[in-house]
Amino acid sequence: MTAVAAGQEAEDRVAVASNWRLVWWRFRRHHLAMASAGLLILLYLVVLFPSFFSTQDPERTDARQAFIPVQSIHLLADGALSPWVPAIVGKRNPTTLRMEWTTDPKKRVPIRFFGAGPEWKLFGLVRTKLHLVVPADPTQRIFLLGSDRLGRDQWSRIMHGTQTSMTVGLVAVALSVILGVVLGGISGYVGGKTDQVIQRIIELLQSVPTIPIWLALSAALPRDWTPIQVFFAITVILSLVGWTTLGREVRGRFLALREEDFVLAARLAGCSRMRIILRHMVPTFVSHIIATSSLAIPVMIINETSLSFLGLGIRPPAISWGVLLQEAQNIQTLALAPWLLIPGLVVIVSVLAFNLVGDGLRDAADPYSH
Amino acid sequence: MTEPLLSVRDLRVSFQMDEGLVRAVDGTSFDIMPGQVLGVVGESGCGKSVTMRAILQLVEKPGRITDGTICFRRRNGADTVDLARLPPRGAEMRDIRGAEIALIPQEPMAAFSPVHTVGDQIAEAILLHGHRWKEGGRKLRRAEARDITVGLFRDVGISMPEQRIDAYSWQLSGGLRQRAMIAMALSCKPRLLIADEPTTAIDVTTQAQVLALLRDLQARYDTAIIFITHDLGVIAQMASYVVVMYLGRVMEEGPVDEIFHAPKHPYTKALLRSIPSLYGETRVALPVIAGALPHPFNRPPGCPFHPRCPDAMARCSAAVPSLQPVAANQLASCFLHHDVAEPA
Amino acid sequence: MTRYILQRLALLPLLMMVYSFVIFAIMQAPPGDFLTAYVATLASSGSSLSAEQIAAMRAQYGLDQPFFVQYLLWLQHLVHGDFGLSLEYQRPNAELIGEVLGLTLALALFSFVLTWALAIPAGIYSATHPRSIGDHLLTVINYVGVATPNFMLALVLMWVAFAYFDISITGLFSEEYAQAPWSVGKFVDLLGHIWLPALVLGIAGTARLSRIMRANLLDELNKPYVVTARAKGMKEWRLVLRYPVRLAFNPLVSTIGWYLPLLFSGSLIVATVMNLPNIGPLLLRALVNQDMYLAGGILLIYSFLTIVGTLLSDVALALIDPRIRVDR
Repeated sequence: MTAVAAGQEAEDRVAVASNWRLVWWRFRRHHLAMASAGLLILLYLVVLFPSFFSTQDPERTDARQAFIPVQSIHLLADGALSPWVPAIVGKRNPTTLRMEWTTDPKKRVPIRFFGAGPEWKLFGLVRTKLHLVVPADPTQRIFLLGSDRLGRDQWSRIMHGTQTSMTVGLVAVALSVILGVVLGGISGYVGGKTDQVIQRIIELLQSVPTIPIWLALSAALPRDWTPIQVFFAITVILSLVGWTTLGREVRGRFLALREEDFVLAARLAGCSRMRIILRHMVPTFVSHIIATSSLAIPVMIINETSLSFLGLGIRPPAISWGVLLQEAQNIQTLALAPWLLIPGLVVIVSVLAFNLVGDGLRDAADPYSH
Repeated sequence: MTEPLLSVRDLRVSFQMDEGLVRAVDGTSFDIMPGQVLGVVGESGCGKSVTMRAILQLVEKPGRITDGTICFRRRNGADTVDLARLPPRGAEMRDIRGAEIALIPQEPMAAFSPVHTVGDQIAEAILLHGHRWKEGGRKLRRAEARDITVGLFRDVGISMPEQRIDAYSWQLSGGLRQRAMIAMALSCKPRLLIADEPTTAIDVTTQAQVLALLRDLQARYDTAIIFITHDLGVIAQMASYVVVMYLGRVMEEGPVDEIFHAPKHPYTKALLRSIPSLYGETRVALPVIAGALPHPFNRPPGCPFHPRCPDAMARCSAAVPSLQPVAANQLASCFLHHDVAEPA
Repeated sequence: MTRYILQRLALLPLLMMVYSFVIFAIMQAPPGDFLTAYVATLASSGSSLSAEQIAAMRAQYGLDQPFFVQYLLWLQHLVHGDFGLSLEYQRPNAELIGEVLGLTLALALFSFVLTWALAIPAGIYSATHPRSIGDHLLTVINYVGVATPNFMLALVLMWVAFAYFDISITGLFSEEYAQAPWSVGKFVDLLGHIWLPALVLGIAGTARLSRIMRANLLDELNKPYVVTARAKGMKEWRLVLRYPVRLAFNPLVSTIGWYLPLLFSGSLIVATVMNLPNIGPLLLRALVNQDMYLAGGILLIYSFLTIVGTLLSDVALALIDPRIRVDR
């Protein structure tokens, strides 16, 4: 095939492709965004099956196993494939009388992938013992990311914290999107007094210093609520302010689109109001909303983490990234057990991934970016 | 015979895009004499504007002049300088820009900064080339530049110049804005003025006034003008010599009368046929050029016009015809009239 | 212009009314009041109050009144500049807030200046050198800066300083100055300490701002007026600074409006982590202990500062942008 014919064919392919296909083609070109999307899929797998990814019960405490350092996985033993982690050796510090742990790579604790461990329920229904990684000897404990001051396994806690934090982000953004699209849409399409009222509310909410208000609202949550109640209350609080940006944007789009010729054409053709909105106007900016939402999720995650870190968000015994970071509040403790900062690293990486995917989507969704 | 003021030879400009190389200007050559008005016509996207940007070394990234020469005769010197070899941001190029070759850009609406007054922006151009106004290296003062600007506004027919120079561009009407733009371009009495579709964005009556003004100023200052447009009517009014471009190449060139009355190239003929005539029959379909402008990544091999040409021959897709004399003062690149191909 | 400012100023009391009501409602929302929290604290330490004592205290603080009466009483005091008495500290709230307000503002302003001083040049560099190594590097820094919660950054810095250099970077003053009255020495000491928390506080804002600046400037650099200016023969860097940068900068001024609330919010968390003597820890404590008039007073001041900040940014924008200033 000649170069000209190939070019012609590519041109034709572009001409008949649907909008979503075009977005996908453009998105695929952002390698970083693609890699980040892969990472996010992995994280959401953790959200679905945190217990499978855990090595043990995240609540299991053992004061004698506090502040155990990271035991990293080694795949090869003496040249053969036989995964292991180095064993822990404890020594009591004669001055502080504290147990100090180190790893000893000469002593190996064999581990097994897809082995049997503590029992858990798949979606709360099916009982299973399958775990991604378990020690070959079920009486032993391994701490892939170390342990905290109560001897709880940080790896397993991060897995369960991921479930909470990622879900908070997603649900809060979903609520914001619903509020934003509905209220922004009404504001932009109906206009007039309704628009004025909604705009004033948005301005009011946007000029509020958010964290203090969030703090006040979270402090107002009754102490005796269950973790589930607190969780939903926090997501609602987060989305109460979060919807305004999107609401503004949707309103702007509606205002601009209302004047477009194709909307006039639809109206002249006798389309109903609802049909014009849903079939003609909304599809022009759905991709944009998706991009904006994916950029809002990380903001929510950071906010949840900050609130929980201050003790005003998700509360123990529930686990979230922010709750885990509470363990890292004390500098002396951190100097002793720097691995307690790892949940923060998880926050950064996942927020980074969301931002990269969001930016990639936004570029891909914007037909005028080139 | 006088020496040309500017002589473009085999100019090539290409843009390296993600999708591939776009050859926007692909071997263009033409000359312009001092005081001559040269019209450049062609459809949108034929490389007219890029050629003019190349003359001023204002081709933007990822575009690049890859080949060719642009010889320009400086104001005080018999020697010519090859603009294509000058560093785009260097002192010599900047000394030429604005002072010896000036530009009237395409969109007068956006060609002025909206947060600076019009007078401020024109006075700036005068101050930049201040040494041309004062002998002995004395710096031109801001107040003097302002006075010159007021005088320029009067010259281009803007009423109440003292008030208008303190206006912002969005406070002026389209016609006034274009006049202000012309004032800026003429501020340093350039020897060559490049007018890039100066009347496309304004309405027809204003357009006529601006054209009359340009003709008048051209006669008064004896400035050479390269006039770019896709409007053949404007060319007929303004130009004495015409260059017809298609896909970055010169198809035909010659004095305005020959081009309009004895076109040689099939593309020129097709262009002329598609002008509506006042005297012709009414309610007939206007002839159009068959096909569409090819996608820039998809240049046809051989003569770029052959896929749309009614007289295309087998040879036209195999070799590129070079620009050769076909009549006394007329040149065309078409195998119908000669058989000299470009070296491959 | 003057009329516009006057209009906005006239709206200010109305807005403050709305805010005060919302804030009061939030303060009142938790079940129980300061006394229930207080009694619980007493009980945990072994002592207790009789029912009569509690009722007497409740009456004394007006906590037994209906919601609206309490609100109106609070509002009436506020109008007279009386922020009430802190239930916990038993001191006037105005005094408590006044002690830390200065440092709070100092930190916020310092961080604000730092943010702009770093973000604008970085944005200009990135936009004028797109896809260069420097641009890529700045992009990476920006992405990480936005992704890092600022308390996390504070923790890491504090940990590194403590664990590897054995220094403490908490607080705003060295020990000898912490309790000392104001002097030149104390001020210099403050300058030596404030930049790190200010940087921690401003890093996310800096990243965001420089990305906006980069995007805006890239847009502006493609505008026809840039070509016009180039065709005049202007020097490139002078041209960029005079025209596109100026235009790219204008919309940023209006972002001050939303940046200030962000700054106040952030300072709250960073102050708690880095143990800075500003308004943050005071608010946090007041919220946890349901010291409602103190918390309400602080929230009200936050809101007031935000409104004034937004107003100032709008006025600043009008001053530098003739398209807004000049009536057409």
